[in-house]
Amino acid sequence: MPVEKYFFIDPNRCIGCRSCVEACSECDTHKGHSMIHLEYVDRAVSPQTLPVVCMHCDSPTCAEVCPADAIKRTADGVVQTARKPRCIACNNCVLACPFGVPKMNSNFELMMKCDMCYDRTAVNKNPMCATVCPSRALHFGTWDEMEELRPRSLPQNRFRFGMQEIHTKVYMMTPRDLPVEYLDVAAELSESSGADASVSENKIIGDDPMLDGLFRLEGA
Amino acid sequence: MEPELDPELHTVPPDRGAMLDQPKWRQDFPIDTPQDSYVARREFTKFLGLTSLAFVVGQFWIALQNLWRRARGKLPIASIAKLDELPVGSVKVFHYPTPLDSAILIRLDADNLLAFSNQCTHLQCPVLPDLEKGRLHCPCHRGYFDARSGRPLAGPPRRPLPQITLKIDGSSIYATGIMLGET
Repeated sequence: MPVEKYFFIDPNRCIGCRSCVEACSECDTHKGHSMIHLEYVDRAVSPQTLPVVCMHCDSPTCAEVCPADAIKRTADGVVQTARKPRCIACNNCVLACPFGVPKMNSNFELMMKCDMCYDRTAVNKNPMCATVCPSRALHFGTWDEMEELRPRSLPQNRFRFGMQEIHTKVYMMTPRDLPVEYLDVAAELSESSGADASVSENKIIGDDPMLDGLFRLEGA
Repeated sequence: MEPELDPELHTVPPDRGAMLDQPKWRQDFPIDTPQDSYVARREFTKFLGLTSLAFVVGQFWIALQNLWRRARGKLPIASIAKLDELPVGSVKVFHYPTPLDSAILIRLDADNLLAFSNQCTHLQCPVLPDLEKGRLHCPCHRGYFDARSGRPLAGPPRRPLPQITLKIDGSSIYATGIMLGET
């Protein structure tokens, strides 16, 4: 029995080389389409990029809103691309996902999304993006390995979008000296609209403009 | 099966409450694949029951068709051709007993006049005469029938072509009935 491996995203380490985007389309389950999104955090002020893969939520919003019962999660907790015979290309999942992961392939009339390279991870290989990432912004490995590699970071997999709380299979690296109960992605939005302080006190974002922009983007 | 107790099921409702407190539709449309593909004993029994019922209905349908055919009585006698318009080795297409049932009349030699339905007994493609080799040929799936008896020789058809009984009265040829061949 191999030790369980986890997916870790460390946006601070992303250098925007697009290797993951190219490698993603090589994965057999994606039929030649790249399923990873490389987003600019705030392109006007920073070249910082951020790779976005599916977070594989325990309560997947995409599947919750699917009217055709097409989005399913396999027993290992990986939310799969919509089932072709069921998907009606209605775009509900595309609009609903808080992380903005699903994309509609209108040629196939099928929602396709990151499935953590299911053909590879199912046989204990690493996903394509994590295999090629030169700066290890995307890392697929064991928990112990990550503790040793990133002693100053703490993997976090609890997110909050307004009232919605999501626990994900994929971990986001956060500063270890600023531990938080959850990553409040919409906090920046509520703060700017004058919301209560209880939401914003959970913010991990201090005066770091880069992180600040990152979460503004995710909440947008 | 209790959804919470199954280690393969991960679904957490959006309110993060217990699965048993959720509305029924959430259990009816599960997100986890093992639960989605789970076939309950009741569904399986229903499938078995309906499938066998369909087979029973099919058998009754076949039996009724046989009864109807017998109840229809004797087929009409119809003039289909003149003897002198059919030289040896020639073929004529006619329709018997209704205009929708096409058939072929073949003259193998001076004394042998035969008529068969020209619908192949495999998938109802029209058969073509190949009298030099003494057979009828269905081009759809390369089926062959014996031109003298209508029996299948090769290819997918397993039943002989229905033969049409003929009566020659002077110079006229009449169709008098259909003889279903033995399998």
